[in-house]
Amino acid sequence: MSIHTAIPAHLPARTALHERRRLTERLVGAVLFACAIVSLITTVGIILVLIVETAGFFQEVSLRDFFGDTQWTPLFAKKHFGIWALVAGTALTSAIAVFTAVPLGLLAAAYLSEFAEERVRRVLKPIMEILAGIPTVVYGYFALTFVTPLLQKVVPGLAGFNALSPGLVMGIMIFPTIASLSEDALYAVPTSLREAAYALGATRLATTFRVVIPSAFSGIVAAIILGVSRAVGETMIVTIAAGQQPRFTFDPRVPVETMTAYIVQVSLGDTPTGTLEFRTIFAVGMMLFVFTLALNMVAHRLRQHILKGSLW
Amino acid sequence: MESDSKQSQETLREPQPSLATIGPEKAFVAICRLAVALPLLLLVVLVVDAVVDGWPRLSWGFLTGYPSRNPEIAGILPALAGSAAVIVLTAVMAIPVGVGAAIYLEEYTKPGRLTSLIELNISNLAGVPSIIYGLLGLELFVRAMQMGRSLLAGAATLALLVLPAVIMTSREALRTVPYSLREACYALGADRWQTIWRVVLPMSLPGILTGIILSVARAIGETAPLIMIGALTYVAFLPDSLMSPFTALPIQIFNWVSRPQKGFHTNAAAGIVVLLVLMLLLNATAIWLRVRLQRRVNW
Repeated sequence: MSIHTAIPAHLPARTALHERRRLTERLVGAVLFACAIVSLITTVGIILVLIVETAGFFQEVSLRDFFGDTQWTPLFAKKHFGIWALVAGTALTSAIAVFTAVPLGLLAAAYLSEFAEERVRRVLKPIMEILAGIPTVVYGYFALTFVTPLLQKVVPGLAGFNALSPGLVMGIMIFPTIASLSEDALYAVPTSLREAAYALGATRLATTFRVVIPSAFSGIVAAIILGVSRAVGETMIVTIAAGQQPRFTFDPRVPVETMTAYIVQVSLGDTPTGTLEFRTIFAVGMMLFVFTLALNMVAHRLRQHILKGSLW
Repeated sequence: MESDSKQSQETLREPQPSLATIGPEKAFVAICRLAVALPLLLLVVLVVDAVVDGWPRLSWGFLTGYPSRNPEIAGILPALAGSAAVIVLTAVMAIPVGVGAAIYLEEYTKPGRLTSLIELNISNLAGVPSIIYGLLGLELFVRAMQMGRSLLAGAATLALLVLPAVIMTSREALRTVPYSLREACYALGADRWQTIWRVVLPMSLPGILTGIILSVARAIGETAPLIMIGALTYVAFLPDSLMSPFTALPIQIFNWVSRPQKGFHTNAAAGIVVLLVLMLLLNATAIWLRVRLQRRVNW
């Protein structure tokens, strides 16, 4: 812009060029701005769609029926709309996934950041990315046809569809997220802190546990929260391997249904649009959106905190 | 050189292990290695399992066949064609918008309230479950815009889904271009757009392309949003227009997995092998492109 003002105004040819350039510049700016705005429109679109359909749903079903019941049978003759049955399915599978992924992910992060050679680190990180990129329908097949039969030999009374097997496989799916983000947090801890610990005579192990991990704590929590959020929103693994029987239970051996699996179930059937049964998927989708958004916002806050490095 | 200095730093900062402390540390490192190895081992088991299960069906006839009630003769041609068409359309829609948004955020705008709102929004969108995008696509594209359960609706939904990833990777690529180059360009009398178009974009192209290919490769495996917008599970024809109903490879795999018959599970495994090979090819292309293009702009 300072370039433009530097051009002498009394030169007519230059002025024409100047004008044309300014026009292009403005036009390009407007087009690029429109591109950037698409993401905002997407968010507004998601929220509007969910609010409109959910409002329609709650005109027919009371909040008390939705939040005060533990049976979910909107597709049956005797309808119940107790969301807790689906929330329990999601909570159970996600909890199993998190209990699998957190210990593995944190150990892997500690190893990569504190103990592994740079060479090992550089090889392992992309491999973990591959693990994160495997389509979830593939993980679903793996859970149903490999992990479940294997577990049935060990766990008595494990049904063909259950929460345990997809939960474990989902743990493998979110492992790279937790490992990679925690590793970023650990790696970002300044070397000076480690050196200070060594100077006090601490071993490498003590330094890792007493200095590095506490310093990176908020980053690690953010990584875990993002992992939870991915597990809650994950659809295909639980749809394929957890079954389609919404029930309020915390028994990992029996079939359950998650919020995501219910949405898929309805859209695969021939439920006509505009009916109450159809609107249920938006009410469930709204719950899902609010849950994951809250988790992501908290994680984002925690990570911002680290990026700013307010501690040092 | 870099690794050398890194190594000397390492030796500097680490205390000499004494006999009393080396035991627990060794044990801990062993446990850590196990924690890294276990998921990677499972990855190998997963791939081997799919190949072993699907091997009997992996043939030319499987790739060029149409779905059938008989698992022995069912093929994935419509699913392959559908996936290819959806992915190309998704890329055509997501790339210009995503790169445009990245350029706007990196080069055009100043930090301010709107910019940070857009940034926060993009990072939130990246965390929205894909099935929610399916609900949006169903209401917005299929119903409100009356695209029906078409290729176009599917691709538009996936384009919105991959957009945050495209924007974020493109921004990172733009950021790698040194500021001095932009200043040199301004000094030659170029304006902002000329600088971006002639200098910044060509310089960051390898990074942008890699990011785009990786994001789009993810979209190939997306199942839930396409189920939501109503991609069909049984399609015995190839898509012939933007408005044509379609199926996609992950949808076909899901359909076969959810059937009780063993024969269809074999087909699902064979489909999975094809899907994984496709993703591997795309990832390899991304790496190859990066290496090749980087050589051209070597200073």
